[in-house]
Amino acid sequence: MTRKIDRRTLLKATGASVTLAGLGLASPVVHSANEKIVRYLGTATTMGSEIDKKLFDDTGIKVQYIPVTTDEVTKRVLTQPNSFDIVDTEYFSLPKLVPSGNILGMDSKRITEFDNISTTHTLGEIGGKKIGDQGTAPKKVFYLKDENSSEFSAEPTRWATLIPTVFNADTLGIRPDLIKRPISSWAELLNPEFKGKASILNIPSIGIMDAAMVVEAMGEYQYPDKGNMTRDEIDMTIKILIEAKKAGQFRALWSDFNESVNLMASGEVVIQSMWSPAITAVRTQGIPCVYQPLKEGYRAWAVGFALSAATKGYQADVCYEFINWYLSGFVGGYLNRQGYYSAVPKTAKEYMADYEWDYWMLGKPATQDITAPDGKKLAGAGEVRDGGSFEERMGGVACWNATMDENRYMVRKWNEFVAA
Amino acid sequence: MSIPKHLTSLFLSLPFAIIIFSFFVIPLCLVIMVSFWDYNAYSIIPDFIFTNYEDIFYGCVKSLPDLCTSFATYLSSLKFVVIVWFITLITGFLVALFLAFCVSSLQMQVVLFLLCTIPFWTSNVIRMISWIPLLGRNGLVNSTLLDLGIIDTPIEWLLYSQFSVILAFVHLYTLFMVVPIFNSMMRIDRSLLEAAHDAGATTVQTLTNIIIPLSRPGIIIGSIFVITIVMGDFLTIGVMGGQQIPSVGKIINVEMTYLQFPAAAANAVILIIITLMIIYSMTKLVDIRKEL
Repeated sequence: MTRKIDRRTLLKATGASVTLAGLGLASPVVHSANEKIVRYLGTATTMGSEIDKKLFDDTGIKVQYIPVTTDEVTKRVLTQPNSFDIVDTEYFSLPKLVPSGNILGMDSKRITEFDNISTTHTLGEIGGKKIGDQGTAPKKVFYLKDENSSEFSAEPTRWATLIPTVFNADTLGIRPDLIKRPISSWAELLNPEFKGKASILNIPSIGIMDAAMVVEAMGEYQYPDKGNMTRDEIDMTIKILIEAKKAGQFRALWSDFNESVNLMASGEVVIQSMWSPAITAVRTQGIPCVYQPLKEGYRAWAVGFALSAATKGYQADVCYEFINWYLSGFVGGYLNRQGYYSAVPKTAKEYMADYEWDYWMLGKPATQDITAPDGKKLAGAGEVRDGGSFEERMGGVACWNATMDENRYMVRKWNEFVAA
Repeated sequence: MSIPKHLTSLFLSLPFAIIIFSFFVIPLCLVIMVSFWDYNAYSIIPDFIFTNYEDIFYGCVKSLPDLCTSFATYLSSLKFVVIVWFITLITGFLVALFLAFCVSSLQMQVVLFLLCTIPFWTSNVIRMISWIPLLGRNGLVNSTLLDLGIIDTPIEWLLYSQFSVILAFVHLYTLFMVVPIFNSMMRIDRSLLEAAHDAGATTVQTLTNIIIPLSRPGIIIGSIFVITIVMGDFLTIGVMGGQQIPSVGKIINVEMTYLQFPAAAANAVILIIITLMIIYSMTKLVDIRKEL
C-alpha cells in the first residue's frame, strides 16, 4: 500500500515538473535589458576565445555560436532564418541567399569604417590597379537595390549585402623538401611527375575553380569566365580531371581542412589545393610546407556579416555595435597575423607591431621571429611571406570563389569525376 | 474487469507502432514526396516531375557500353557488398563456430565473446582512421617491409584503395555476422550432434547437414546487417578510399550540401528499392519469422 502511494506521489510530482518545464519552454526568452547577446551563425574560423573575451571587455556583448560548415551556413540561412541574428558567410553564397529574402540589406551609414573598406571589395582594384573579377567577385554582389530588396545593384547604394570582414587569396600548397625543384604553375597539379602524390579538394564549387586554373595553365583552354562556365566548358574540365584520375594522378581527394593537413604532413601528398591556415598547421608541426605563389595567379575568397531578416530593433543595434567593433582593429590585427587579410586594413595596422605589418602586409623580410597569435613560431628573421606583399598577392588574383548559373549540372558532373 | 487478450497485445505493440510510424513511415513518405519536387539553387518547389529520376540515369543508355555515373556507382557498391559479405560471412561463421562448439565452458564463451566486442568500445570513425598510420606510404607496414629489405619502394595500394576499404569494412562489420550466427548455433540441440556422430557422420557431414542449415537464420540476419550497412555507407569508403571511390551515400551527401534535396531524395528512393530487392531475395531463402 505504501509503495502505491509512493508511486502516485512520484507521478504527481513528475507531472507537475513536466508541466512547469513545458511552461518554461513556452515563455519567450527574455534577456535582462542590459544583457547583449548576438547569435552568430558561421564557420567560426575567424572567431575565437580571445576575440570573444576582448569583445566582452570592450562592449559587453556575448556571442552565442552556431558553428557549422560553409555549405551548412547556406542551408541554415535558407531553412531556419529565425535561428540566428548575424550570419558570417562567403560572398559566393550570396546568389543563393539574397533571392530568399532571409537576410537584410546592411545600412552602410551605420558602419563607422565603411569608407575604409578595402578597394578589393568595393571597386575590384588594388592600388588603382584592376584585379581579376572572374567568378562571384565581391564588387558584383556588393550592393542591394534597397534594404529589403532581393536584387543586386550594379551601382553603389546605401545598402550593402554583407559587411566584409576577412578575405584571402588561395593557391597550391607544396612540400618543397619532397619536390626538390621550383614550382611556378598551376599545371604542375596534373604533372605526371607527381603521379599518386597530388590531391584536389572534393568540394565541387571550389574544386572546379582549381581545376579551371590548371586547365588554363596547361594551355588547354582559356575560359571567358572560369566562375561561370557553360555546360561544354564543364564537360571539358571534368573530362581532363577524369583522365588524370584514371591515370592515377590523385592520391586522395579531401573535403575537410584536417584531411588536407594530414595528407600533407604525412607525405602522402606533395602538391595539392590548400587553404592558408592548413599550411600554418603543417608548419607548426615542424614540417616544411609552402603556400606556393603561381604565375597564373590566385583564387580569392571573401567573407562578411549580414543580419537575419528577423533581427529588428534593439537586437539589430547590438549587431551593428558588434560589427563596428569587429572592424575597429583588434580582430583585423589578430587575423592578419594568421595570414588572412582584414577588410579594413587601416584599423588592423593600429593593432600590429611595425615589424609584423612589414612582414605580413608589405612583404618585407622579417626582422625578428614571426609568431602566430597563439605564440607558436611561424617564420624566423630574414624569411619573407610566401607570395610577398598584400598588393602583390591580391593584385595577382585571377578569379573568385563562385556559384555558377549551371551549378546543378556542375555538381552532377563533379560526381561523375568522383565515380570515374 | 478483464481486458480481452487481443486488445492487450494491440495495446502493448502501440508504442513501437507509434515510433515506427512517426520516425520511419512518415519521413519515408516525405522523402518519396520530395523526390518528385523541383528545386533551384536556394529553394525546393512543390511539383510532380520525374526530372530527378531522369537526372540519375542521365546518359546511362546512350553511353553504353561505358557505364554512366549511377551504374558505375551502384556496381562499385555491389562489388563491395559481395566481397565484404563473403569475407565477413566466412570469418564470422568460423568465429561463431569456434565460440559455440569448441569452447566448452559457458564462462569461457562469455569471456571470449566480450573480447570480440572490445573494438566496439571506441567509435567506428576512430577504428577506421587508426588504419591510416599503419597503411600509409610512410606507415608502419611499409616502413617495416622496407627495413626488412622485402620491398624497395613503398606499396601504394595499401591505403586509399579498394583494398583498404574492404579491410576497414571487414574489420568494422564482422561482429555483426558473429553475433546472430553465434546466437543461432547456441540454440542447436547438442543431442543432434551426438546422434550424427553415433550414426557415423564425419565432421564435414555434420557441418553441412546439421550446423549450417540450423544456423541459417543467423546467417541471413547477419547478412542483412552487413549488406544494408555497406550499401548505404559513405564514410568508410570516403576515408579509406581517399574519396576517389564512388558511393551512393556520398552522392546523396553532396546533393544535400548543395541544397538539391529532391535529387538526394530520388537517389535515396532508388537506394532503398535496390537494398529492399536484395533483402527480399534473401528472405526468399529463409522464412525469418518462422525461424525466430
